[in-house]
Amino acid sequence: MKGSQVLQPLFEFSGACAGCGETPYLKLVTQLFGDRMLVANATGCSSIYGANLPTTPWSANAEGRGPAWSNSLFEDNAEFGLGMRLGLDAQGRHARELVTRLAPALGDRLVQALLENPQDTEEQVAEQREHVEALRASLRDLGAAGGGDAERLATVAGNLVRQGVWLIGGDGWAYDIGFGGLDHVLSSGRNVNVLVLDTEAYSNTGGQASKATPRGAVAKFAAAGKSTGKKDLGAIARAYGNVYVAQISMGANELQTTKALLEADAWPGPSLVIAYSTCIVHGIDMATSMTHQKDAVKSGYWPLYRFRPSEGEEGQPFTPDSHTPSIPVRDFVAAEARFAILERTDPERAHLLSDLLQADADERWRYYEQLAGMHRTVPHEQPVEIGERP
Amino acid sequence: MIDLTTRYLGPDLRSPMVASASPMNAEPATARMVEEGGAAALVLPSLFEEEILHEDVELNRSMEVGAGHGAEALDYFPTVEAFPSVSDRYLARLEAIKAQASVPVIASLNAASPGSWSTYAQLIEEAGADALELNLYRVAADPRRTATDVEASDLEVVSSVRSSLGIPLSVKLSPHYSSLACFAQQTVDAGADGLVLFNRFYQPDIDLEQLDVVNRIELSRPWELRLPLRWIAILRPQLGPEVSLAATSGVHSGTDVVKALMVGADVAMLTSALLQHGAGHLRTVEDDLTAWMEAHDYTSVTQLRGSATQATVDDPSAFERANCVSALHSWATTGA
Repeated sequence: MKGSQVLQPLFEFSGACAGCGETPYLKLVTQLFGDRMLVANATGCSSIYGANLPTTPWSANAEGRGPAWSNSLFEDNAEFGLGMRLGLDAQGRHARELVTRLAPALGDRLVQALLENPQDTEEQVAEQREHVEALRASLRDLGAAGGGDAERLATVAGNLVRQGVWLIGGDGWAYDIGFGGLDHVLSSGRNVNVLVLDTEAYSNTGGQASKATPRGAVAKFAAAGKSTGKKDLGAIARAYGNVYVAQISMGANELQTTKALLEADAWPGPSLVIAYSTCIVHGIDMATSMTHQKDAVKSGYWPLYRFRPSEGEEGQPFTPDSHTPSIPVRDFVAAEARFAILERTDPERAHLLSDLLQADADERWRYYEQLAGMHRTVPHEQPVEIGERP
Repeated sequence: MIDLTTRYLGPDLRSPMVASASPMNAEPATARMVEEGGAAALVLPSLFEEEILHEDVELNRSMEVGAGHGAEALDYFPTVEAFPSVSDRYLARLEAIKAQASVPVIASLNAASPGSWSTYAQLIEEAGADALELNLYRVAADPRRTATDVEASDLEVVSSVRSSLGIPLSVKLSPHYSSLACFAQQTVDAGADGLVLFNRFYQPDIDLEQLDVVNRIELSRPWELRLPLRWIAILRPQLGPEVSLAATSGVHSGTDVVKALMVGADVAMLTSALLQHGAGHLRTVEDDLTAWMEAHDYTSVTQLRGSATQATVDDPSAFERANCVSALHSWATTGA
């Protein structure tokens, strides 16, 4: 979005490889939401370059606000993040109850401002922060007269400001080891945002194949070229109907990338954003990371889309965001050593898998084209109040 | 019965239609289709020295990025003992095509440094090529090198390859030498058994929307044949009948082949026409050639070859200038 790049990044100077395709997404997320986000970071590259202690690239702005970050395991990061969400929600509910109970002492105007601000826009979030500061001032003025409720409200008042919970990790986490937990969290309907930094392999541990590794790519545990296609994680998430899903590639379309992240944050249920991330395990010239991401989309290897759950009867939630592929997938992968290796060591198998890889892309595009015209609605109750959402 | 046989770089060919370097001749399966389509000889695409070095360096570099830097991984790719290089793969394809072909197979080499030309030329001979086409593809863009420097360097390459090669050698030239007739003779003196006229140079375009260089090669058009026609007509009498001459660029039809033969070419090479119309186009070209020869009472390619050279012209340069003046006048008259 226009102006997004003049916002202060709260992710800076990481220890990632030069040309890393993951870190630009993290930088952007912190530019958009960094002063009101919690990060549950799965083990993997992002947990390593994200916490090269005693330093960390996750930083704070002049007001001292920045992402609250913690790292958990491959196998439980989604649940770890869900726990953050549940904790925030519980504290938020408790804060609202306390505000309501203390209404006579706080005054209707402040209480109304605190409880009725929808916080849909950054301006409204900023206003809410001002209301919370006013609340804290009132609580100080009340002193001991406020009793235990005022004392407790002072400790949870910050939870009256909308905060996003971001579950971040790589494909090894999201597609493989942490998939069961991720699926559980997506099915919960809770307001969490999942950002998958998809390098299509276990990058940090040496490039082992994951279920995100494409057909034909050579990786550790797939030295003869992976024989099966990449798992469509987005399709699994879309099947729930109420999960916001986007597939993005910053080098191909920074506008769509930014839009998708904003929409994921705004969607009050679960969101899954799958970000194509160039990596040294692809065997490319990392100086070309961004243009390579562009070619991934041009070839149909990585189509862009957004699936915006709709509560309208005529809603068409699936929006393709990239054009019909204009170059063969073979041309795109020719620049990657992970495919070039097989071309040299076993050309016959390489050609077979290359044809299948093209067929994978063709079929995926055909499927997505059909999805684009489909009407689908999310069965729902009447809208609930902000802060009371599940 | 029309006799289409001709001699090019040693052996007799069934006809004067040669499939010149293109992706169609790169793989055994497609090369077989070209031969079955009627090609009298096949020229493989060039083996580029830069391609060999580039791949070797880039592939290894890509696989070694980050290796040894991280605490959790020593490297990021499965161990591969050795890769067949670009030249290994080229030679393997050459061997496979030669093994299946019943027509001569001509390899092509485009190297950048004097030593490597000879090394690869020998490897190509050992792989079974019937002849080698040396591709002197050079853009003389260095303002410090004179035409004499450039030509001396090219001639050194030709003689160096010749001295290490037992099979016939042709040299594919560009039309951009200062004194082409002299350089052609010098190339023959340096050991070339034949000349291929001319190389088409890659000329990039610009995409104004993407602000990018468009590096796709334009296929040749029939009018481009005029340049080789003109120079083969000049060179054939000068170089004599023993030097093989191939016309390439703009050969699309049977009548194009007729013209090439008339000015003195031994063979006409086709690439763009085959890429556009498929290998079966060779049969159409041959049928058209035969039909024209029958209609004009020619019984053999030998009879046709060289019937329109400048052998009878005392001063080819003056002849060319006179024709130019005549052509300009005819255009002015038509335009008026």
